[in-house]
Amino acid sequence: MSTEFPSAGRTRWGWVIFVALLLLLLPLVSETSTPTLLAIWALFALSLGLMWGYAGILSFGHAAYFGLGAYTYAITAMNTGESTAAWMLAILVPALVAAIMGAMMFYGRISDVYMGVITLVFALILFKFMGATAGDAYRIGSARLGGFNGIPAFPILNVPGDPSVQIYGKALYYVVATCALGCYLLARWVLSSAFGRILIGIRENEARMELLGYDAPAYKTAIFTLSAAMAGLAGCLFATWAEIVTPALFGLRQSVEVIIWVIAGGLGTLAGPVLGAMALGMLKLLLGEQTLIDNSLVLGVILVLVVLLLPRGLVPTLVAWRERRSRAVAGRSASGGSRRRRGAASADKP
Amino acid sequence: MSEPVVETRDLSMRFGGVLAVNNVSFTLRERELRCLIGPNGAGKSTLFKCLTGQHQISHANGRVYIRGQDVTGWRPCEIVRLGVGIKTQVPAVMNGLTVWENIWLAARRTHGPDGTRGEVERVVDELQLADIVRREVGELGHGQRQIVELGLVLAQRPWLVLLDEPAAGITGAETERLIELIQQVNQTAAVVVVDHDMHFVRMLGGQVTVLHQGSILMEGGTEQVLSDARVREVYIGNRTQ
Repeated sequence: MSTEFPSAGRTRWGWVIFVALLLLLLPLVSETSTPTLLAIWALFALSLGLMWGYAGILSFGHAAYFGLGAYTYAITAMNTGESTAAWMLAILVPALVAAIMGAMMFYGRISDVYMGVITLVFALILFKFMGATAGDAYRIGSARLGGFNGIPAFPILNVPGDPSVQIYGKALYYVVATCALGCYLLARWVLSSAFGRILIGIRENEARMELLGYDAPAYKTAIFTLSAAMAGLAGCLFATWAEIVTPALFGLRQSVEVIIWVIAGGLGTLAGPVLGAMALGMLKLLLGEQTLIDNSLVLGVILVLVVLLLPRGLVPTLVAWRERRSRAVAGRSASGGSRRRRGAASADKP
Repeated sequence: MSEPVVETRDLSMRFGGVLAVNNVSFTLRERELRCLIGPNGAGKSTLFKCLTGQHQISHANGRVYIRGQDVTGWRPCEIVRLGVGIKTQVPAVMNGLTVWENIWLAARRTHGPDGTRGEVERVVDELQLADIVRREVGELGHGQRQIVELGLVLAQRPWLVLLDEPAAGITGAETERLIELIQQVNQTAAVVVVDHDMHFVRMLGGQVTVLHQGSILMEGGTEQVLSDARVREVYIGNRTQ
């Protein structure tokens, strides 16, 4: 199948098994809090990378769905006292919101630039609104929205149906790692399906795909919804990791960071956004421990350097370098072989 | 007389102060080959885009029927799903994808998961694209991209084919091959070809509709149209000599 449609990429099962083993064994040599956070960010970046890299849809306000997932989880968990319905709704609510917004934008033939503006403004509206909910009136059931202080002390993840068994620490790490790997495999499956290939066609030439009979807005709405659902799941996992949600989750910084992660890792790949998020996320955490240089300044410099030096991003550049090297090696061995044959032929001559 | 495959009734299209298509009533019958010709600005491409849904029209602009179905205001994908194959003036292909991937996308919708591969192989074989099938379309020359786009149309097995300047930018040998292909397609489908190259239109044969200033000037066989004094005056001039 992969040779039939190489643009969709293929699942490299060797790498998947290697990464799964790595994730499995990591807690033996490291604490799990930081890897958990990095895996959450990787999942968030994957959600944008899938939509942007393969369907050509750039959301400047993807944090909206991350934040919606986190807030939905916190509010539902506070009201129900456990997490089973909360994590389900944390996926469904962002997906539903994205489905409505996506349908309005794509069927309304909103161009890319305006779409970027709308998605950004939507995230900023949520940011401002959540920041203005400090009063007692702003409560949903037993959950006070809390303005800029956010919502603390909500129930964290528990084993479904059993609130007494909470998931934290190493167990949370394994849940997050499983979700991230599962979403990666889901994204790979989507891309290998006819739906994924049609999305790639739409990214390349939407007008032509319409002239082939495909309802491009429907496909774009579908991937926008799936991407928001993944971002919502990442937000939900973040909420249970941080044990607090604040309006900063909807903020401009969150939206911009995920775009930088995807660009730096490599647009048009799934591994790129994941690696970009983990590498730059780790750097952000390390820089957070010092006060000499502002974090944002460093991220900005990295973005400029990546755009100038690796315009296709890290992973596509590495893949291209490896292909060039393989071709060069193959070329050398072929010319070596022909020289040997010529040598043998001349030695055979009387 | 067979049922009209395409019919427009009093179709008009205005851009600001310019009336690009003016009250055009046009009928195409089953398995007919019709060339729409006219000088630059005659309204050929505008009429084409009204037929394909690329220009959004309403009932105030007139009516477009395809096999008796009123498709006025329909989106291109809805019109295509009726069994219409469309090739645009500038090759509209997926430049970042290979030839195979392009044709696969065209074949997938109409042939389903089981029939797609066979259909792609058929089209590749028919258009002699085997040598370039794994190459990205963006790397190909203009003429080859025109042929690939024709492949996208053929892979859908349409019963109505609308081609906007299919011969633009292709070489003499490729033109002859293209004419053969269009005539072959015409065995099973009605075909509308928009072009201004009279040499190509003459080689293609079939019926000709001449547009001038957005209106139909005359309709008839190729030789009849080419020898008409009005047509020569507005469009062909001395080039027919």
